[in-house]
Amino acid sequence: MSSMPEKNYLTEKRGLKSWLLTLDHKRIGVMYLIGISISFALGGIFALLIRLELLNPGRDIVGAQTYNQLFTLHGAVMIFLFIIPGIPAALGNFVLPLMLGAKDVAFPRLNLASWYIYVFGALLAVVSIFTGSVDTGWTFYTPYSTQTSGAVVTMTLAAFILGFSSIFTGLNFIVTIHKLRAPGMTWFKMPLFVWSLYATAIIQVLATPVLGITLVLLILERVLGMGIFDPAMGGDPVLFQHFFWFYSHPAVYIMILPAMGIISELISTFSHKRIFGYRAIAFSSFGIAFISFLVWGHHMFTSGQSELASMIFSFLTFFVAIPSGIKVFNWLATLYKGSISLDTPMLYALSFLFLFAIGGLTGMFLATTATDIHLHDTYFVVAHFHYVMFGGTVIAFLGGLHFWWPKIWGRMYNENWAKISALLVFVGFNVTFISQFIMGIKGMPRRYYTYLDQYHRMHGFSTIGSWIMGLGFFIMVVYLVHSIYKGRPAGSNPWGSLTMEWETTSPPPTENFAGDMKLTHGPYDYDKIVPRTD
Amino acid sequence: MSHSKDRPSYLAHHFSDPAQQSDSAKLGMWIFILTEILLFGGLFVAYSIFRAWNPDMFYNAHKFLDVKMGGINTVVLITSSVTMALSIRSMQLGRKKQTIGFLVATLLFAAVFLVIKYLEYSHKFHLGQLPGKFYTFTGVKGNNPHIFFSIYFVMTGLHGVHVIAGMTVIVMMLVRTMRNRFSSEYYTPLEMTGLYWHLVDLIWIYLFPLLYLIG
Repeated sequence: MSSMPEKNYLTEKRGLKSWLLTLDHKRIGVMYLIGISISFALGGIFALLIRLELLNPGRDIVGAQTYNQLFTLHGAVMIFLFIIPGIPAALGNFVLPLMLGAKDVAFPRLNLASWYIYVFGALLAVVSIFTGSVDTGWTFYTPYSTQTSGAVVTMTLAAFILGFSSIFTGLNFIVTIHKLRAPGMTWFKMPLFVWSLYATAIIQVLATPVLGITLVLLILERVLGMGIFDPAMGGDPVLFQHFFWFYSHPAVYIMILPAMGIISELISTFSHKRIFGYRAIAFSSFGIAFISFLVWGHHMFTSGQSELASMIFSFLTFFVAIPSGIKVFNWLATLYKGSISLDTPMLYALSFLFLFAIGGLTGMFLATTATDIHLHDTYFVVAHFHYVMFGGTVIAFLGGLHFWWPKIWGRMYNENWAKISALLVFVGFNVTFISQFIMGIKGMPRRYYTYLDQYHRMHGFSTIGSWIMGLGFFIMVVYLVHSIYKGRPAGSNPWGSLTMEWETTSPPPTENFAGDMKLTHGPYDYDKIVPRTD
Repeated sequence: MSHSKDRPSYLAHHFSDPAQQSDSAKLGMWIFILTEILLFGGLFVAYSIFRAWNPDMFYNAHKFLDVKMGGINTVVLITSSVTMALSIRSMQLGRKKQTIGFLVATLLFAAVFLVIKYLEYSHKFHLGQLPGKFYTFTGVKGNNPHIFFSIYFVMTGLHGVHVIAGMTVIVMMLVRTMRNRFSSEYYTPLEMTGLYWHLVDLIWIYLFPLLYLIG
């Protein structure tokens, strides 16, 4: 069909140094992709070990202390090293300037610095594993986190440092979107993925510094015994929870908003149809970003905050369902009467709709204070946030990865294996976590090392699900790596999409486009233009 | 590449003209300043909560801060903001030597600020007015006076870190000015440094009354 372009960003300069000192957003995106993939594999191995340990009550492979460290590391690695930087820093970095018709992000050096900060933070997190590890859970709640032995300070410092990386990415994206759009690309001609990255960046910039200062205070509390989180010294541990969730609740929208942006691109491209409700989808991202700052207290319904506060936080939490619902219904309306092709990225988009709906709706159960008293700190909560974070964000990330993979490497993966892998991940995920919903309703508490016999069968199901998922990911690694070397050349626009990144070659040249770009059509004008595929 | 002749050397490859480049830098800097305010915001929240819970203790403890030294430091820092602004103006007018002079003056004022802060800190260390579990002073009436000093040290300490960071950046600007990197057309980094330095100044202007002038 088509052949690889001779001159592209992958081949123009060679050698390790040309990568480590690169200012090219595409190379930095690829370097991030490598970093988060390693982190995801690490976090995934922790998850498999957790599930293996829970196969039977009592000890299977590790002791209780190691088990506590495993779930802490699984959470901390997946959140701080994979899911927060995942979509924006890896895929966003690569795609954003291409989508805008720009030559790079606004601050290329800052972009590279953010990658080095990320790597440094990640190494520090790894150091903490080998210097005593952490058993507090990823939330580092006081007073336990100030008293337990282990490498709490190292891990906290790692999270603090990773925050800078996230802030720099967000800052860079906001300025890039404001200042570097190609002539003709007005705000409402931007692809929806760009809108979602913008909303994400706002949260990154506004919320992350608060986490930063919270972690500094936690470190000082541990080192100096400051006392502000210690009731024995006139402090208040609930204050830590307020501080922590003021960041960490908006942070879950740092994770989900860019995922929603990817879904908008996928649904429109593979339905070959104009996206339904463009402005509604764009604004709902900001609706979610705004509300995200007002709902942190729903993590603390049972922590001793006042009943009035709980009622208000519960009420506000329900509002999140409105912009989320707007998005889901607009995606469904886009599918309606579209000519849908079921390529691998679209399979992920459809999985997303299914899984995110379950994740979102079960969130409403937890937002209701009366049911939350029963479900709080059970496997129901664990299943809920995995449906949103994995079923939502990770599935969308995989969809985006398969969508842009031919753009990144210029080569196509094996579609059959990709579909088998997508199916295994989907089935495995549901087997793993539907059983956890059921256990949670029956009262299985989260983070427990062992359990009563009545939960034995469900835990077995859940563990088998984790193996199915693991197999799916193993296959994915094989065919993706294989495609980099042996895949057939993809051509510049394999999916027939109308956004600007498909107008350049795959892989793109270092300067992104052959000349200066100008917008000639909207990102979703499928009713006006037949996209050129080659 | 074709029109590289009309591109000034300071213009990065991905910008189409100098205005786009300097607008981007300004927007980026303002966003960065926003993140700094939120960083300190957490501490201001902690301050408000503990002061609301312990109004008398805060009042009694604040008497042990030296208003005179704090006041002098406020004046010193505001003056340094003036010299910083003047250094930018000098570069706008293309006066290199003047720019250097004002940058050096800014550095000196910043150093005076740190010296005074050092004197204040060492006096408190001497009295045992230390944060948290190291607190040994017995002269403050009210419960848990160590909380006041914890917050005092964290807030002023974090501010001090920012002063040092600002000084580092100013030294870098000084070097670049000497190497003729700036001109009346291009002085964006200098301007950004100014914005940052004013922020450092502004935070102190809030810290001073909140900590030293509790009434």
